[in-house]
Amino acid sequence: MSTATTGTQAPVVNHAKRREAVFIILAGTFLVAVAQMLIKSGADRLAQSGQTGLIGTAIGILTIPPLFAGYALYAVFAVMMIYSLKHGEMSVLFPLISLGFVWVAILSVFILHEAMSPLKGAGIAIIVAGVAILGRGGSH
Amino acid sequence: MALVLGGSVIGSVGAAFLKSGAVLVEKSLSSIVLNWRLAVGAVTYLLSSVLFVKGMSHGELSVLFPMVSLSYICSLVWSKLFFHEAITSAKLYGVGLILVGIVCLGLGSA
Repeated sequence: MSTATTGTQAPVVNHAKRREAVFIILAGTFLVAVAQMLIKSGADRLAQSGQTGLIGTAIGILTIPPLFAGYALYAVFAVMMIYSLKHGEMSVLFPLISLGFVWVAILSVFILHEAMSPLKGAGIAIIVAGVAILGRGGSH
Repeated sequence: MALVLGGSVIGSVGAAFLKSGAVLVEKSLSSIVLNWRLAVGAVTYLLSSVLFVKGMSHGELSVLFPMVSLSYICSLVWSKLFFHEAITSAKLYGVGLILVGIVCLGLGSA
């Protein structure tokens, strides 16, 4: 049982672990973006089947491959997030999840062939800059 | 709208529970399975994402922005209150830039 970490005293900072936590959560955001794309395509298929009730949705998650894969990726992300939160700062890691918006925007352009606008590109660049500042600061 | 704002507060509270549960996780199964903080965190985080998707199906940026900004501000406050994490200038600049970027992304996707 761990008792030291539950007290009011902050535990000793391990910089290598903090850096690792930042990279794990950033990698996780890519998984979440892929999961969202899979769930979206799976949900369309579920809607076509007409099985939109609670039980129909549950069966759909188990039997429609993209839905199943999407939720499985979410589970993987949950494990990565718990590991990261154990070693890193919540105030750094939680906003870093916003990198997922960037992945979704990029995947939408390349896979769904959505239009790429200058404003979208600027948004991607600004979020990446914010993530970099936050991630760097959070590793120290 | 209330749904969305509620969802964002719930999400950041969920993350706080996940964090408080995560620090107790050791290399034993019981430290994960019997960890009520992790369970509360997972359920509340999941609930917030359901509310998020519900809110998103009506509006886009008008929903996304208040939700995301509120959840980040809440996460800064909770982490300061409960985990004694410092609010540094790097965190404020980073979060500020991310929020500006989300607005651009939202406007650019409209």
